[in-house]
Amino acid sequence: MKILIAILARDLRLALRQGADSIMVVAFFIVTTTLFPFGVGPEANILARIASGVIWVSALLAAMLSLERVFQTDFEDGTLELLSLSPVPLELVVLGKVLAHWLTTGLPLIIAAPLMAVMLNMNSAGFGTLMLAMLVGTPALSLIGAIGAALILGARRGGVLVSLLVLPLYIPVLIFGAGAVEAALLGLPAGEHIQIMGAILLLTLALAPLAAARALRLAVE
Amino acid sequence: MHRFAKPSVFLRLASAVMPWAVGITVLTLAVGLYLALVASPADYQQGDTVRIMYIHVPAAWMGLFCYVGMAICGAMSLIWKHPLADIAARATAPIGATFTALCLITGSLWGEPMWGTWWVWDARLTSMLILLFLYLGYMALVNAFDDPERGSKAGSALALVGVINVPIVKFSVDWWNTLHQPASVARMGGPSIDPSMLWPLFLIAIGFTGYYVIVLILRIRLELNERRIRALQLSGIGEDAPGSVQPVYNPEQAGAGE
Repeated sequence: MKILIAILARDLRLALRQGADSIMVVAFFIVTTTLFPFGVGPEANILARIASGVIWVSALLAAMLSLERVFQTDFEDGTLELLSLSPVPLELVVLGKVLAHWLTTGLPLIIAAPLMAVMLNMNSAGFGTLMLAMLVGTPALSLIGAIGAALILGARRGGVLVSLLVLPLYIPVLIFGAGAVEAALLGLPAGEHIQIMGAILLLTLALAPLAAARALRLAVE
Repeated sequence: MHRFAKPSVFLRLASAVMPWAVGITVLTLAVGLYLALVASPADYQQGDTVRIMYIHVPAAWMGLFCYVGMAICGAMSLIWKHPLADIAARATAPIGATFTALCLITGSLWGEPMWGTWWVWDARLTSMLILLFLYLGYMALVNAFDDPERGSKAGSALALVGVINVPIVKFSVDWWNTLHQPASVARMGGPSIDPSMLWPLFLIAIGFTGYYVIVLILRIRLELNERRIRALQLSGIGEDAPGSVQPVYNPEQAGAGE
C-alpha cells in the first residue's frame, strides 16, 4: 500500500510539474465535441439526441490519446527497468500508474462532461447518470488502456498502433455508458447499465494489471 | 505435443499431411459447392439467395476457429516458448482475417436483398467486425517491432486478451434481441436445417478447414526458410571465404551483424 501511494504520488507530481498534460486532454475533449455541431448541423433536437454518444466517444478518444505517456517516458529513461528489478510486484506498479492516469485524465473529463452536455442541449435529466456512468466507466478505460500502452513499448509508430489495439476493447464500455444515459433520458432506470459497467470495471481491475505487467516484463526483458 | 516443436519434425509431418489436406480440400469443396449451388433446393422464403449462406456460415466458423487457434498458439509460445507456436500464430492471423472479411462481405451481400440493407449495427455483425479489428491490430502489432521475437510476444498477449470477444460473437444472438437469426446448426436438440442444406454446409466447412491447413503449412514453411536464409546471411557477413556468394548489402542486417 505504501508503495502504491509512493508511485501514485510520484506520477501525480510528474503530471503536475509537466503541467499542461491533463489540461490538454480536457481541451482535446472539448474541441472534439465541438466539431460535431459543425458536422451534423446545429439543430437543437438532433444534438440532444446524439449528445450522450458524442460525449462518450470524445471521452474515449481523449483517454486513449493520453495513454502513451503512462509508461513511455519511464520506459525511455530506464525507470521501468529499475522498477521491474525491484522487489515490488510489477502489478502494483501498474495499478499505481493507472490510478494516476485516471486522476489526471478520467476525473477532469467527468468534470468537463456536463459542460459539454449543456452545450449539446442534452436534457438535464441525464446529467447525473452521465457523470455516474463516467465515474464507473473511465477507470475501466484507463485499465484497459494500460494493457495497450504496455504492449506498444518500443514499437515503431506506437501512437497509431495503440488506437488500433485499444479502441476495439473500449467498445463495451461505450455501449453501456451511452446506454445508461439514453435510459435516463427516456425516464427508464439506468441501474442495469451501471451495474454491467461495474462488472466490467471489476473484471478489468482484476485482469488488466496482470496482463499489463506481463507486457511490461516483455518490454524490459 | 512438444515433439512437434522441433522444426525438422514438423516439416516431415507437414509433408506427410500436405497431400491428404490438398486432396480432402479439393474433393469436399468440389462436392460441397456442387451441392450448394446446384443440387440443394432453394429456400421457400429466401429463394436462391440462401446459397450465399453456404459460404457465409463456414467462413464465420473459420474466422472464430482461426482466432481461437491463434490465441492457443500465442499461449503456448508464452508458456513453453515454442518457436513453432509463434510462427503458427503469426501465420494464422491473415488467414483468419480473410475468412472474417469474407464472412462480413457475403453477409452484407445477403443482407441487401433479405433485410433491405447492406449493414445493420446488430450485435452479431458488430462483434464480428470487432473480431476483424482484433486480427488487424494483432498483425500491426506483431510487425511493429524491429525484433520479431518481441513482436510475437506482444502479439500473443493481445491475442489472449482478445479471446473475450469469441464468446460474445457466439452468444450475441442469444443475449441481445438481434436482426441476425439465432444458431440453427450447433444448438440443443439438434440442427433445425434440412439435411439437403446441412450436407453442403458441412462439406464446405471441412473444405475451408483443409484450405486453412494447406495455407498454414505453406506459410510456416516459408517463415522457416526465411529464418534459415537470414541466419545464413548473418553468418556469411563475417567470413570472406573466396568463392562464397556475398550477400547483397543491406544496412539493417549490416547493423545487426556488427
